[in-house]
Parts: sequence; structure tokens; C-alpha cells
Amino acid sequence: MADVEAPAVEAKARKLLPAPQLDMRRAVRLGLANAAVMVLVAATGIVGTFQARLIIDPFLPLGLLFLYMVAWAFGWLAAKPPTTLEGFAPASPGPRNLIAGALAGALGGVGIALLLVLMTTFNLRGIFIELSPALADVLSFGLPIAAAVPLIIAVATVAGVAGAAVHFLAVRWRRAIMPGLMWVLVFALFTDIVGQFFAGVGLDSITSFLFTGRGGPLTVVGAVIVFAVFSALYWYRGGRETTMRQRFDDLPADKRTLWTVGMAGAILLVLWFMPRIMGPFVSQVLDSAGIFLLMALGLNIVLGYAGLLDLGYVAFFAVGAYSAAILTSPQSPAFTPELTLVAALPFVMFAAAIAGIIVATPVIRMRGDYLAIVTLGFGEIARILLNSEWLAPVFGGAQGITNIPNLQIGPFTFRSPQDYFIPIFLFVVVAAYITLAVEKSRWGRAWMAMREDESVAEAMGINIVTAKLSAFIVGAVLASFGGALFGSQIGSIFPHSFDIVVSITVLVIIIVGGMGSVPGVTIGALALIALPNLLREFSEYQFLFYGVLLIAMMLFRPEGFIPSRRRAQELHTEELAQDAWLEIFGESGPGERPVEESA
Amino acid sequence: MPMLEIDGLSKSFGGLKAINGLNLHVEEGEIVSVIGPNGAGKTTFFNLVTGMDSPDGGNIVFDGQNLVGLRPNQILQLGLARTFQNVRLFPAMTVLENVMVGQHARTSSGLLSAIFKTPRHRREEAEIEARAKDVLGFFGSRLVGYRFDQLSMMLSYANRRRLEIARAMATDPRLLLLDEPTAGMNPRETLELTELIGRLRDEKGYTIVLIEHDMQVVRNVSDRVVVLDHGVKLIEGSFDEISTNQNVIEAYLGRPAELGS
Amino acid sequence: MTEATAPVRPVRRVSRITPVGIFLWFLRIVTLVVILYGSFQSISSGRLTAAQWRDLIVFGISTGSVYALIALGYTMVYGVLRFINFAHGEVFMTGAMSAFLVANALAGTGLWASNPAASLLIVLVASMVTSTAVAVIVERVAYRPLRGAPRLIPLITSIGASFTLQYIVRGLVGASTRAFPRVEQLRGTWEIFGLVVLKTQIVVIVAALLMMGGLYVFVERTRTGRSMRAVAEDPETAALMGINVDRTIVTVFAVGGAMAGVAGALWGLVFPSLNFFSGFLPGIKAFTAAVLGGIGNIVGAMLGGVSLGVFESVGPSLVLAGYEIPAFSQLKDVVAYLALVLVLIFRPSGILGERLATERT
Repeated sequence: MADVEAPAVEAKARKLLPAPQLDMRRAVRLGLANAAVMVLVAATGIVGTFQARLIIDPFLPLGLLFLYMVAWAFGWLAAKPPTTLEGFAPASPGPRNLIAGALAGALGGVGIALLLVLMTTFNLRGIFIELSPALADVLSFGLPIAAAVPLIIAVATVAGVAGAAVHFLAVRWRRAIMPGLMWVLVFALFTDIVGQFFAGVGLDSITSFLFTGRGGPLTVVGAVIVFAVFSALYWYRGGRETTMRQRFDDLPADKRTLWTVGMAGAILLVLWFMPRIMGPFVSQVLDSAGIFLLMALGLNIVLGYAGLLDLGYVAFFAVGAYSAAILTSPQSPAFTPELTLVAALPFVMFAAAIAGIIVATPVIRMRGDYLAIVTLGFGEIARILLNSEWLAPVFGGAQGITNIPNLQIGPFTFRSPQDYFIPIFLFVVVAAYITLAVEKSRWGRAWMAMREDESVAEAMGINIVTAKLSAFIVGAVLASFGGALFGSQIGSIFPHSFDIVVSITVLVIIIVGGMGSVPGVTIGALALIALPNLLREFSEYQFLFYGVLLIAMMLFRPEGFIPSRRRAQELHTEELAQDAWLEIFGESGPGERPVEESA
Repeated sequence: MPMLEIDGLSKSFGGLKAINGLNLHVEEGEIVSVIGPNGAGKTTFFNLVTGMDSPDGGNIVFDGQNLVGLRPNQILQLGLARTFQNVRLFPAMTVLENVMVGQHARTSSGLLSAIFKTPRHRREEAEIEARAKDVLGFFGSRLVGYRFDQLSMMLSYANRRRLEIARAMATDPRLLLLDEPTAGMNPRETLELTELIGRLRDEKGYTIVLIEHDMQVVRNVSDRVVVLDHGVKLIEGSFDEISTNQNVIEAYLGRPAELGS
Repeated sequence: MTEATAPVRPVRRVSRITPVGIFLWFLRIVTLVVILYGSFQSISSGRLTAAQWRDLIVFGISTGSVYALIALGYTMVYGVLRFINFAHGEVFMTGAMSAFLVANALAGTGLWASNPAASLLIVLVASMVTSTAVAVIVERVAYRPLRGAPRLIPLITSIGASFTLQYIVRGLVGASTRAFPRVEQLRGTWEIFGLVVLKTQIVVIVAALLMMGGLYVFVERTRTGRSMRAVAEDPETAALMGINVDRTIVTVFAVGGAMAGVAGALWGLVFPSLNFFSGFLPGIKAFTAAVLGGIGNIVGAMLGGVSLGVFESVGPSLVLAGYEIPAFSQLKDVVAYLALVLVLIFRPSGILGERLATERT
């Protein structure tokens, strides 16, 4: 990409400075890390659990695929050319890269082979419960050990080389093939939903063509077709000179608004009809994703805008659920006004706002990391109190509150998951609207300034107390809506639903999606809540994946997968550094660029 | 009555007396330079006046109101704004947003009016934006046009300094405290900024106190110069008076060339 | 350019007494009154005898010294890197888990019964090795690449690391709760200075004291300890003085991990049950202890740990029982969390004060 716009200076510099060499010691280190990760993947039972699902009939089960995908990824990483600094020529891939990939992959294979030998020689199941003979059978491809060991190492090496080979593909090819493979995986994993979808739109025949049956794995032909179709699509898109976003940005302002409204309308329409097409199970999953999305949008304001890491965010969710339950349920222990949910909503909001103030006030003058821990403490205190016998006369203790009536608006009662999708969806739209409206407002700017530098923000006239309180209150109210809907949909609430893991899950959603980005948070909620619910195999390792995702995102993509525009711009600081460099050397830099318009 | 009157101000960090019984006054419409060797307590003095640090003793009276014990945002509200020695912008906010933040204390629309997009809110937003663009226009063509939507972290060093001044201007101050506004600038930019400081007073009517190391700037811009050393006022007077003063030269020993230039 | 029109300056009264200040003073007074009244009620009711109070205190000291050992890890890492290593509770848990597994394996071979001293030593070494290795790996993988990032970034990473470790352990050894085999020779009590104390508690307290004393000497007297303190003071200057900052930081994590490993081995003697989630709460409590003692301060961590242990052990019976709360032991953890919250709100610099002269950004 850089080649297109590279100024002459850079070309001159390139002649002077050779490309840095690929470091083989790094490949060995990555190989050892690969071995460790692969052994952990096998020993924590992921391989065994995933093995039950076939990706492509009859030869590609998910367990082994996942295991060797690790080797593939490490191969890719090991062969990745070192980052080139300004003025250095970017290294072009050569045999060294392939060797590095092979090395990293092979070492992983050695790790698995060692594990296999160990677990078949000694009985380790007393300690490591997953190291069963069944796992040994899977790892050895059903072969005797002597034959399996070389095969394992060979397969891992091939996977590593395949990972390294990605660097050899031209960008356009890479951008066609990788998404193609990804879509094959998506089709194979969500075979139920894909089937349901085609059935919903009346194209059942496609299902029977691509899959061995409804809910079955892909056929070989099906996999090839899916791959070909999607690769072709991406190939076509990659051929165009401008991206969608660029073309969108080039439109005149009024047309841009029109397009935005049109796109939003189309997405809303699709989402509106989704539950009808997808059936109750998927709708239930979408409902819980929506409730988490509501919370995520709230935390997005507290953390993404105001920069306050609230680890006890679940407390506000609990306040919403419990206040709504007490006000609506006939089974509420203390008092039973038996309001409708709609009538109770103002009180729920009020309770949430009070809770927000109670949590926020003591932490106003606190440093960011202490704030995180204190809010975590508040969250846990709330859960223990809800669970306690002491307060059982109000909150029902461990038995919780049952018999919460469904949402009722006028004559219409929302009962099934499909019904509930509508109010949840509306609340999400409102929350998203609030998020976007507030971002470009006086307080939105104040929050962001506070996030960037609290003491300067205060010196620039922002009342930190009001700013923090208001961020917490907005966040709390959004979470309380989520809680109220959650309780009324499930019909009963128990303290253990308000565990710390809820807070962490919401945190993972906004980190993965992209802090401050509404589309990002939406995709994050769908991917992280819907995925584990739809894939039984994943749900057991849900939190392990969340943990790994948190680390990986912070290391590799702190701005999230779908960053807000602002964050996307931050990524281009490297280009800026280059500009500055050129400016120093007297070439035309941004400072001298003609100004198109003036105020 | 002076606009800013400081009386017996003291502040120590641990055993170090950063400011030690400082007396100082600034008249309305003046440009006062505060100079002194490194560690003389100049920045501490700014921190105390703007409420970012609290003094151990003494009074800071601005316009008849004692500032001691007020929060920085309250002090800003009264009409004191500052810039920072090591430029402290809001890096992940755009140029325009940085200046818009400056107007926070001078505007009043709340969250609900933003959510419901009331006509008042829309009017105020438009005003904030117009004023921000206007303030940025003060710096010529450097911070306008496509710059509006650039993140402030992407600006060059000199432009960041300018943006910081713009942000302070947007708070509609009466007294502007500039902490080494020309640090790190090249001679051409320094000259330009010197001129700009004069314009700030003449066109905008600000009273200005600046900390400065560049004696050219001090000579060209100041009505009065205050020399600090070890937290006490060594001397004050016109540039010519202080530049020939023996004590000042001693305090600056090791850097006399700069003074004489 | 048009002249900016100055908006009308709104006149506002500026007040010095802030609502937040009032709220916090109110909170202080309420806390104090609640504690004093509760204590008065339960002491005057005479529900517990003096001996029972004493037992609670000794128990508190022994759990507190375990917290203190974990707290050292928090405090040392905070001292050097200024960030809360949220995963440290899990570092402790992995050590404790390996201690439990090794102890059970030894109990199976009979060595446990025939030579308990050697067995305990093996358990201790296993626990320390595991914890140290985990701490160092976490540092290398999750924290080192993020050095110099904004403060919340490594904190979020450490939350991720905490979850990852918990669920890796759950995947490896299962979710079931493991038991620690009993040491027959450590049943019963000893009498010290006229106090009758459980043998296990004495072992725990003595072992913890020894480790902490050793650590203190290590940090204050050795070359490595000196470079740790230098890096804590100012990493850049330390680097200029020829100190290998990366290696020093790894040492800090290793030493913190080793201390957590000791805590893991001792844990089995005090609380003989453990699962993959057991590191979370002790981690939080140890962090409270570190803050209570003044974070970044090694002696403070010991003091904080013991005070928290005693407070947590005595608190429910002393304060909560005074209000005749049913099943007040359910609220034991609330006491710990409240201690955390109150310490951070009212005394974030701890008993001994932070040894951090200025806030480093």
C-alpha cells in the first residue's frame, strides 16, 4: 500500500538501508510457545470436546482442526517479516520465512507427540482429568504410537508452513482466500442456523445440497462451493480501487445522511424479521445478546467515553432486575405493589440512578486502577447481600424472586422469545441513539477530555464530580433496563445471575468490539454472547476464550475489531511520524500543505 | 486594585520549599513575564494560582475573590486559564473538539437536552462550534480547514502549542497564564508567537502572565518582568532594569550569554 | 476573521464545601458509629468468652500471614510497575493447586505419613516452582509487551490473564474441590507463653515470618534488591545507571510468585479445600492488605495482611453479631470487601503511607 504514495525520499532511503533479517531464534521461541499452547489445548479438553463436531464430512473434525490451527497461527507469526522502520525496505518473503514457519509448527508437533507418549506411558488422569485414552486415540489419529509420532510432527510442520505461506500470497489473493476459508468455518459451525435460515426463506433445497442434512456437517462439495462463492465475492471487492468507506466519505453531506438512514433502516428491518425466520431457540440467544448489548452500551459510556473502569457493573444490572421484580412480582417477599413493568420503569430508573450515585461518589477522587477494584468490591457486596438470609425478607435470599410477570403493553403481552426480541431491540436502539447523541455533545466531550487527562480537564473548567456522576448514572440506567427486561423475560431472578463474570463479559464485549464504537459493541455482543450459546462445545470454554481474548486484544488490537472512527484515525500515527520526519528534512510535510478551506 | 494579588504564598514538597513567601501583583491589561532558573518555582506558582496544587500558606486574590481552596474548574470559571509547559492536550480528540471542550464552563446545556436535541441545545452546539472555529482562526491558516477534524496528537509540536493557547482562549479568560509558550519552537515560529502574544492583549484584551526562558521574547513582549529564584521574588521591573541587575545575573550564572543577547 | 463575541459570563457562587466532601464525612461517621455500636453490643452481650476471642485473633493472625505473603506480590509489582497485577490471586491459586495435587500424590505413596517434614518441603518446593513459573510467564506474555501503555491497558490484560489462568486450571484438573491431606503430627495444640495455639497455625505463622524476613533482607541488602528499589524509584534513570530493567522486573515477578507459592503451600494447612476459583477472594483480600499497609511498601504488606486477617476473623462476630443479623457468617466476605472499599476510599496511602513520593505517570 505504501508503495503507491511513497515519496522520493523514502525510495532514496531504501537504497541505503537493507531489510532486517528474519530472526530464527524468534522462530524457535515461538515454536516452544506453540508447543505449550497446543499441549494446553489438548490437556484442557478442548480437542476432545470439539472433536464431536465434524466440519466437513467425513474427514475434518473440529477438535484436530482447532489444534492444528494453533500450529498454523504460530507458523504465520514466526514467518511474519520483522516490522520495518521508516527508511528500511520492507523485507520480501523468502525461504527463510518458510523454514521459520516449519520450525515453529514442528516444535508444536513435538510437544503434542511428547504429550501423547507421556499420557500413554503413565496414568496421569488422577491429576489431569482430560488425558483419557479417548484423547490419545484422537491425537494419534487412531494409529499406533510409533506411526503417530512422525505423522503428528509432519502435520504440525505442514500447518506451520501453510501459515508461513500466507505471507507469500499477494494482498488481493490473501484478502479473497482468508475470508473464504472463514466463511466455510462459519457455515460449518452454524449449520443449524444456516439451515434454519434457508428453511425460513424457503430455500431448503440449498441446505440439503451443501450439508449432509439439516444440522449436519458440510459436504466436500458444499465446502468447496461456499469457499468459491465467498472468495470470489471478496476477490471482486478487492479489485476495486476504493473501499466502501472511502466512497461513502466522498459523497456529499446530504447524500451521506440519506445513505446512513437507508442503511440503518435496512439493518433494522432485517433484525426485525430475524426472530420470525430463525425460530425460538435463536431468538432466545438473540434476546440474551440484546440484553448484554444494552449493558455493553452503558459500560461503553462509563469506560469508553469517560474512561472509568467499572468492574462492578453487574450491580446496576442487579438493581434493575431486583427493583423491577419487587415492583411487579406478586411473589416479592417484602411488598407487592404488582405494577406493570411499564409503570415500574420510572422507579427502576430512579433506583439505578441512586445506585449510580452511591457507587460513584466515593470513587470520584480515586485513581483509575483503584476505582476498578473498589467498584468490583461494590459489585460483590451487592451480590452477597442479595444472597444473604439477613436481607432475605426483602430480596428473597438464595431463592430469589419468582413469578415475575411478562412485559405487557396495552392489550399485548410479550411471552415467547420471539416476542421479547421486539422490546429488547427497541431498548437497544434507544440506548444506541443516546450513545451517539451524547458523544457529540457538551458532556460527551467533557467525558472524553476527562478520560484523556483528568487534571487538565478540570483545569479547563470541567466539573469532575458532575462529569463522573453523570457518566455513572447514564451507565447505571442503561444496565438497569437490561436487568428489568432480563427478569421479566426469564420470570424469576436469583442472586447467582449477578456474578462478577457478568461484569467481565460486558467488559470483553466492548474491548473486542471497540471502545466507543456502537457498531463494534453490537457485533461484539452478538459474537461473544450468541456464539457460546449456539455452540454447545464452546460454552464450556467460554470464559477461557474470554480471558485469552482480553489479553490478545490488548496486545494486538487495543482499538477493537470495529474501532470507532476516532480510534481508526489514531492508527495512522505512524504515517504522521513519517510526515514529521520528512518535515525535519525539509521536504513538503503536512505543515506546508495548502489549506482547502478557511473558517 | 490589581487584578491578581498574591501575598505570602508558600508551598513545599517534602523538605523543598518550592515557593517561599511570594508576593506578586498583576494589573489589568499587563503582560508580565516570570523568569528564573530551572527549579525556581515558576510552574509551581502557576499550579497554585490555577488550583491544581494547594498552597501551604498565603493568599491568591483574583478580582477580590480569594482563590485558595477552590477547585481548578471553579477558578477557571472566574476567568483564569492556562497552558502547560509540557503541552497537555486531549490527544485522542480532534483539534476542534479540544477547543470546544474549552467552552464547557461557559455553556450550560445538559445531558437530557442533548438526548432530546432541544432547539436550545442545537443552537448552543452551533455557537460552540462557531466560536471554536473563530478562535482557531486567530492563528491564521495553521489550525483551520482539514485540521479541524484531525486528532490533536497528529499535530506538529508548534501547532500543539498553538492549539493549547486556542483552548485556553476558548474558556473566555480575563487572565491568561502561558507556561513557556515558545519552548521547542524554531526562531521563525518564536517570532510569530511573540507577535501573537501582543495581539492577544491588544485584540482580545487578555491580561497575560507568561513563564519564558527565551529572553528575546521576554524583552519584546513584557511590560514588566518578575525574577524568581528558589521560590522567592528576586526582583521585578522593566526588562532593562532586570537585565543589568547583578543578582539576576548571578542567579543565571552559567547562562549569561542568553541574557545579553 | 471576525472578532469572537464574548458570551455573557454567568455569575455563579463558588463554594468550598462540596457535596462529595459532605457525603464522605457522613460515610466516615456512619461507618465508625456502626462499628462501635456493634462491637459494644456484642461485647456487652458476652456471647463469646475471652478464650474464644483469643482463638479468633490467633486464627486471624495465621490467615493474615498467608494474605501478607500474597500481598507481597501485589506490593512489589505495584512498586515497580505501578499497576495492579489482578492475576496475582491466580498465581497463588496455581501454586496452591499444585501443592494440593502433590500432597495428595505423596499421601498415596505413604511418604506423607512416614516423613511429614520432607513431604511438606516437597509440597512447598512444588508450589513455589509452579507459582514462580506462572508469574514469570504471565509477565513475559501479557505485561512486557505493554510496558508504557496507559494504565488501564495492563490492568485489563491482567483481568484477562486472571480468567485465563482460572479456566486453564479448571480445564486441566477439573472443577471439583480438592482436599488437603491431614498432617497427623500437626494435629492438636502447643502452648506458647501460656497461650494454647493450634500447631498448624504456629507453623503457618512461623513459616510466613521466616519468608518475609528473608525477603526483607533480600530487598534491602543484596545487589538485586538494590536494583529493584532503583527501578521502583525511577526506571529510566536506573536503566541509565546500567541496571537491566527487564531482568529486574522479571525478578520482581519471580519473587512475588515464589511468595505466593509459599502462601499456596501454607493455605492447605489452614483451609484444607481448594478449587480453580479459590484464588480470587484471597487475591482481593491480599490486595486490600497491600493497600492497607501502604502499597509499594514491603513491611506494610506484612502489617496490612495481619491486620486484615484479624479484622476479617474478628469482625463478623464483633460487629455483625451485635446487630443480631441472622447467619452473619454469610456476610464474612462482605466484611472483607467493605474493608477493601473503605481502605481505598479513606486511606489509599495505607497505614505506613505509600513509599511513592510523587505520582508517576
